[in-house]
Amino acid sequence: MNYKPIDWVDERLGTAKFTRKSLNKIFPDHWSFMLGEIAMYSFFILLATGVFLTLFFVPSSADTVYHGSYAPMDGHVVSQAYASTLNLSFSVRAGLVMRQMHHWAANVFIAAIVVHLLRVFFTGAFRKPREINWIVGSLLLMLAIFEGFLGYSLPDDLISGTGIRIAYSITLSIPIVGSYLASFLFGGQFPGNKIIPRFYTIHILLIPALMAGLLGAHLAIMWHQKHTQYKGKGKTEKNVVGIAMWPAYAMQAGGFFFLTASVLAALGGLVQINPIWLYGPYIPYKVSYAVQPDWYMGWLDGALRLFPSWEITGFGHMIPTVFFPAVLLPGVTFGLLMAWPWIERIFTKDTGAHNLLESPRENPWRTSIGVGVMAFYMVLFFASSTDVLANTFDVSLNFVLWAFRVLVFVIPPIAAYVAHKLAAEAGSVESAGRPRKAMVVFRSNEGEYTTEESDPRPELEFKRHAMHGDIAQSLPEESRLHGEATEKADDGEDYAFSVSSVADTPAEEIGERPSGGSGVYEVPRGAPGSGGGMFSPRGPVHSKEVSDSEDEE
Amino acid sequence: MSGSTPELEQELDGEGLLKASERRFERAVGVSFALSFLATIGLGVVYWQGGQTQLEGALLFVALGGIGFGIVAWGKYLVPQGPYVQEREELRSTESEREAFVQSFERGNKLILRRSFLAKLLGASVGAFGVITLFPFIRSLGPQPKKMLYVTNWKKGSALVKSDGTKVHSTDLEVGGVLTVFPEGHAGGAISQSILIRPSFEDIVTKPGRETWGPQGYLAYSKVCTHAGCPVGLYQELTQQLLCPCHQSLFDVMTGANPVFGPAPRPLPQLPLEIDPQGYLRAQAGFDEPIGPGFWERA
Repeated sequence: MNYKPIDWVDERLGTAKFTRKSLNKIFPDHWSFMLGEIAMYSFFILLATGVFLTLFFVPSSADTVYHGSYAPMDGHVVSQAYASTLNLSFSVRAGLVMRQMHHWAANVFIAAIVVHLLRVFFTGAFRKPREINWIVGSLLLMLAIFEGFLGYSLPDDLISGTGIRIAYSITLSIPIVGSYLASFLFGGQFPGNKIIPRFYTIHILLIPALMAGLLGAHLAIMWHQKHTQYKGKGKTEKNVVGIAMWPAYAMQAGGFFFLTASVLAALGGLVQINPIWLYGPYIPYKVSYAVQPDWYMGWLDGALRLFPSWEITGFGHMIPTVFFPAVLLPGVTFGLLMAWPWIERIFTKDTGAHNLLESPRENPWRTSIGVGVMAFYMVLFFASSTDVLANTFDVSLNFVLWAFRVLVFVIPPIAAYVAHKLAAEAGSVESAGRPRKAMVVFRSNEGEYTTEESDPRPELEFKRHAMHGDIAQSLPEESRLHGEATEKADDGEDYAFSVSSVADTPAEEIGERPSGGSGVYEVPRGAPGSGGGMFSPRGPVHSKEVSDSEDEE
Repeated sequence: MSGSTPELEQELDGEGLLKASERRFERAVGVSFALSFLATIGLGVVYWQGGQTQLEGALLFVALGGIGFGIVAWGKYLVPQGPYVQEREELRSTESEREAFVQSFERGNKLILRRSFLAKLLGASVGAFGVITLFPFIRSLGPQPKKMLYVTNWKKGSALVKSDGTKVHSTDLEVGGVLTVFPEGHAGGAISQSILIRPSFEDIVTKPGRETWGPQGYLAYSKVCTHAGCPVGLYQELTQQLLCPCHQSLFDVMTGANPVFGPAPRPLPQLPLEIDPQGYLRAQAGFDEPIGPGFWERA
């Protein structure tokens, strides 16, 4: 092969050493590690579809008469923002797909961030040394919520205009600086004609740049610190067990980008979202029934509905009622979120570094607090549809509101209590969460029977090995019949697990972790190689590993 | 050791690995890529023909999904999955490395602070620049609020007009009727928007001191909710209540739009009305308090 380009680059940048290390980087493999990937890929799709939208959207609240292919609105005086959104939806080829993909991607983006955050929280992945990335991630979530709100405010339709009006009132409610902030942000009194272009600048320039930077930092830190991993065979605090970056991980992750994109495209093409032509343009004195924001704003909307009409006045000043649910609550929410690694440390006194993840059942207190907090925000989320619920179930609004005001305090403690019980009891069952094992019965030549616990789901391991070599060759029928297996097992052969690729880890050590589960067990380094398993394709295989250490040779 | 062991090389070369199950996956990956290819061609045709949203979505799904499924399956079932082991390097530096860092840093510090007067001068000029550029930048964004939040366009004698600018006559509304009104010359205004209701033909006194505000059963309130500023758009004639659809605050029309339910903290300000000799509705005066949601300076 011709490596000329590689030589050319390497002689100028010296990239070969670093990239080679990167190619052999090991990534632990678990479905829950895809959640952050979904978020990242949604972000890429947001950038791509967003650039497309900027080519057609006109960020202006100046009036114009709409003449376009959407007949019901023909001849109406609307803002240029609204008219251009109609045009890019109906008159630009693939415009509606792109717009709806963009909106769906935003919803999926924030959902993926939230679920990713929950995964990180419940598995304790935020513990030392990963507190910085916890904060970076929390900032990304905050920015994403802002960004989403700004985005759906841009088309200047009836629902988004109402949302901007509420945002103005919330800005106004901030003590001391509120009225100044509101006036500066809106360029004067609401609505004015500056807010759409300003939101546009913030939406397409300021926040995406910040998010791209933070996302880069998030990934770089993750890359540098190496990924956490779940406890399991051969996994220690000091190693990473998984698939190699090149090609397995790169292919799976790269392919997953296309899968994410394809689902978002299907949503964008087939599932209508934000049909602004049905809402109509924003007219300040009009309002629509059942006004609800995108899902990620639901908890704020719910809090606005539930919070009592308390307004604090005194000394010639006022703290408006919306300040508490709409400024204080989010402030406290994100403040506590970012402080969590340190809050938890106050109680656990745990200052050690952790690379092995905990299962939620191993830490019932954290699990219970997480579930309780989640329940709180879930209740707030559902409270954002008090009117719809009242209508649907034909009960009075009064009842629904008071029910939620009670539930928001009742449900979280109950949820937390139940979660604690479940986690604590599941944690005390030794085998909980472990794969079930089959008992394999062997008969020796003398007719003596012995039983042996198989490794988890041996049939899967057969499949895996079948790909690496012909299993029939490496596993002669006789070996089993002649009792070789029992002997091998006694020798400490880890015959179902692919020892051929787990480095220098004796099988006994890999076998089980101590019960109780919280313990970290150390694998003695440099222990004698365990040799090939009886199922291993090429007979005994020497210990080997893929690591960076080659550079040290 | 590491990535160059013969076994790994052999695995990565893919020699001798083609087995029945692999051939199955190979076929699946191939079909997947082929489907994607066909869908992309289809997408091109649809686009060329003028586009069709649902078809575009479905074809994009197959085109992107085919690539995605193919690569993932290839990467998961046709290349070795290990598991491989990599040691973690210690994140923290050694004590001597840290000390070396501190030394280098402090050496540089000393070199700068040797000329401490220059350093202070630099600090002063950068600081002054920062503060002075910050202020006009913020101030250029918008005017100071001043009286902005206290006034509307309603004045003594303002005629009530509908959103199309036509004046409201005292015969315009039946009992139970409701209309959004504006001060003449400001039809459609977001701040001055008010809601005109006619619960009866008789004069209505909503509160002491408002004896003349509701002539011939006409009442007018600011339409901007005192909670979060949404238009209080729904009138329930049966209970004579106004409902804000955003957060479900209810205001009682007959008693001065007092909030009776929900998160709104204050009544909607009432506009004192009169009927001029020609029978047109006019404002006796503007609102006697700031409209809409609260703010810090409001007592």
